[in-house]
Amino acid sequence: MRLVRHPLGLVSGLLLAAIVLAVLLAPVLSPADPGAASLRQAFEGPAAGHPLGFDSAGRDILARILYGGQNTLGGAIIALAVGLALGVPSGLLAGYYGGWFDSAATWLVNLVMALPAMVVLLASRAILGSTVWVLMVVLGFLVAPSFFRLVRGIVAGVRGELYVDAARVAGLSDLRIVSRHVLIVVRAPIIIQVALVAGIAIGLQAGLEFLGIGSGSEPTWGAMLNEAFKNIQRAPLLMLWPGLALGLTSGALVLLAAALRDVLEDRGRSDPAPPAVPEEAPDEPDEPGAAGERAGLLSVRGLAVAYGAREVVRGVDLDVREGEIVGLVGESGSGKTQTAFSVLGILPEGGRVARGSITVAGREIVGLPERAHRELRGTVIAYVPQEPMSNLDPAFTVGSQLVEPLRAKLGLGRAEARRRALDLLRQVEIADPERVFRSYPHEISGGMAQRVLIAGAMACEPRLLIADEPTTALDVRVQAEILGLLRRLQRDSGLGVLLVTHNLGVVADLCDRVAVMSEGRIVESGPVEQVLHAPREPYTRRLLAAVLDGAPAREPLEAAPDHAPDQAPDQAPDHERLEAP
Amino acid sequence: MLAFVLRRVAAGVALIGVISLLSYTLLSIPHLDVGRQLLGQNAPQELVDAKNAALGLDRPVAVRYLDWLGAALRGDFGTSWFTSENVLQAIANRLPVTLSLMIGVTVITALLSFVLGVWAGVRRGVVDRFVQVFAVLGYALPGFLVTLVIVLVFAVELGWFPAIGYIGMGESLTGWLSTITLPILALSVGSVAGVAQQVRGSVIDVLRQDYIRTLRARGLPPWRIVLRHVLRNASAPALAVLGMQFVGLLGGAVLVEQIFGLPGLGSMTVGYTTRGDIPVIMALVMVTVVGVIVINLVTDLLIGWLNPKARLR
Repeated sequence: MRLVRHPLGLVSGLLLAAIVLAVLLAPVLSPADPGAASLRQAFEGPAAGHPLGFDSAGRDILARILYGGQNTLGGAIIALAVGLALGVPSGLLAGYYGGWFDSAATWLVNLVMALPAMVVLLASRAILGSTVWVLMVVLGFLVAPSFFRLVRGIVAGVRGELYVDAARVAGLSDLRIVSRHVLIVVRAPIIIQVALVAGIAIGLQAGLEFLGIGSGSEPTWGAMLNEAFKNIQRAPLLMLWPGLALGLTSGALVLLAAALRDVLEDRGRSDPAPPAVPEEAPDEPDEPGAAGERAGLLSVRGLAVAYGAREVVRGVDLDVREGEIVGLVGESGSGKTQTAFSVLGILPEGGRVARGSITVAGREIVGLPERAHRELRGTVIAYVPQEPMSNLDPAFTVGSQLVEPLRAKLGLGRAEARRRALDLLRQVEIADPERVFRSYPHEISGGMAQRVLIAGAMACEPRLLIADEPTTALDVRVQAEILGLLRRLQRDSGLGVLLVTHNLGVVADLCDRVAVMSEGRIVESGPVEQVLHAPREPYTRRLLAAVLDGAPAREPLEAAPDHAPDQAPDQAPDHERLEAP
Repeated sequence: MLAFVLRRVAAGVALIGVISLLSYTLLSIPHLDVGRQLLGQNAPQELVDAKNAALGLDRPVAVRYLDWLGAALRGDFGTSWFTSENVLQAIANRLPVTLSLMIGVTVITALLSFVLGVWAGVRRGVVDRFVQVFAVLGYALPGFLVTLVIVLVFAVELGWFPAIGYIGMGESLTGWLSTITLPILALSVGSVAGVAQQVRGSVIDVLRQDYIRTLRARGLPPWRIVLRHVLRNASAPALAVLGMQFVGLLGGAVLVEQIFGLPGLGSMTVGYTTRGDIPVIMALVMVTVVGVIVINLVTDLLIGWLNPKARLR
């Protein structure tokens, strides 16, 4: 089992096994009678046959620990059994069928969870008496909700999965579906929860016994702690052994739960890093300046981005001049976004620029201290993200998010920043800027949010705008509007734009030049005309073919030959028909 | 907002009604012969019957419950069967002890767990590992065991604080501090562990969000992003856990008050539940339930304030 290879799991598992074994073998391991008291030996230290010494009544501590463990562990097992028997089936029913049973059970569970367990246990003592086994049944009722919630949540989730639907369509009975498909999914979480709840149950039970409730004359760890506590001034070390037994047991259970969670549940939930550049890929071009003279606004030469030793971008050359829109195209995973993030200096954790040079407005930014790089962001380079809704902070109004960089970067006063923010909203063609200014992100539409993000990017009058798939998440009509807006802003303020996209239609529509990326490298770049109409690289040709194939029967399949290849690139050719967005 | 509060208050009142009915009925099942317990084994039966009648125990449970409910609604929780104390007065005397314990623990937990959790989530590395280990230990060890160790170390071995006893805030502020510090410390260990872990988790979650990257791309300084955006977004789930911890804290207070000999509601619960003193137990249950309802409501309002998306309709 994989648990054996998990060090924490192995240690805590072995420890628990040892404790259980020792407790079960109590009569063998300890010849002494746990109840036999001899006052002459009270508080005496270890002696032959009594390796841990004697307690305040002269009883053998080892024997009391071992026999006490039987009561403690037994009690926890009762609580667990009751909790499982109540919580799991009801959770299955509620999660699988929903309906009134779900509502009623959930209400009841919330009620029980609102009550402090210790107070309920004490109050139920008044009703049911002080027998520890009875109180453990009550504790079972109190822990059942945690199983119910767990199982119900998972089952309700699985219920909507396709394979369960498929099983239903195939005519399998509910019982069969539950036992074959649903139980498998809830098994691991239940095992983890059992370990956790067992730890808590033991703690609570020992707490009760410590208060002098439940155990009567039988030895238990909690009662031993109580007895030790009463003699704390005289023999503080009496607390050591029962405390150790209790702490180790509940600690091992919780650690075991943590280890089980690691082993049984997926831990690889972090974003998968982009695919590496294939090893057989040809190395970067020999001379970095191959793409010609470096542009004044943004110039990238021989850029390599690495996560650890893995390079995801290699040998990228890219130029953006003032007033120019450059498209960076390629399939997802080709390294476009990594390139864009490198320029912005916002690579995700673990990523770094391994080699190469990036100059922005003539300034080298590779190796620039973070602080100096930060000065450039917003004021020289700005960023328009892909997914509008997730890129606005849900906890702040649109207005305050626009005002913040204005105040922090430009040092504007409150009123001045507000005026400017409203101005920006007007610039991005928002009809009711006052209302949007006051709104929270979840109160506006996706298209509106993208306008707000563009306004935010434009706030500090940058010279270079990096737009990462700015229209992908929007519906078709809004896409056209946003592209129009970007083009207008770019013309009005002479911005240079690096437009990251996988949409060749957008490139044809908007860009002056284009660079095609594949597997972490630029495979082809040049004026849009040339690259789209007369691609040199087979990869570009395949990309173009894929776009055209993907487009359902539309007339402009012959669009490419229609256009004169010698058309000047800066005349913004009308390529709408190639692949209208 | 107002509608939300009203709805929640109504639900709370319904909950109080259900719980009071359930507890009263359940508590009445064992049919303890209270009169006999009070008057002793040798008292003549007529006297015991008369005592039971005087306490109203000869009437059906439903009538007794309605009686109790009517009086409780007027703020009269009766007198203890066994000590003849006025229940409300007894609770009022003990409430400040438990309340100061709770408030102290909540303040310490909020402060420490946010500092530790944000630090661990942002910086990772050594601090992160420390918070992780501390969280597992704080969670794994039963609270009263931690309390015993604290008593052993700080009161018995080092002698910095008294091991037992309570001095009211009104009598002596330093005395109060010296008697309440260890109990607060003892209760805080577990709750700081739980909440710091949650803060750390949500800080790491928030740092991965797209909008944080966009804020970085706008050139805002990191401390500003953390203090303003990360903190606010990470607070809502952390507050939810803090609210849940409060319920556990009420249970923990029982043991801690008992260990330190604090005359609070917790030790009162231990003392009075033995004998089935229904007026006292009912009042204690009601105080607990009302406390939980109020805390849940306050938590939800705070979460709504922090997170406009969850804002309450």
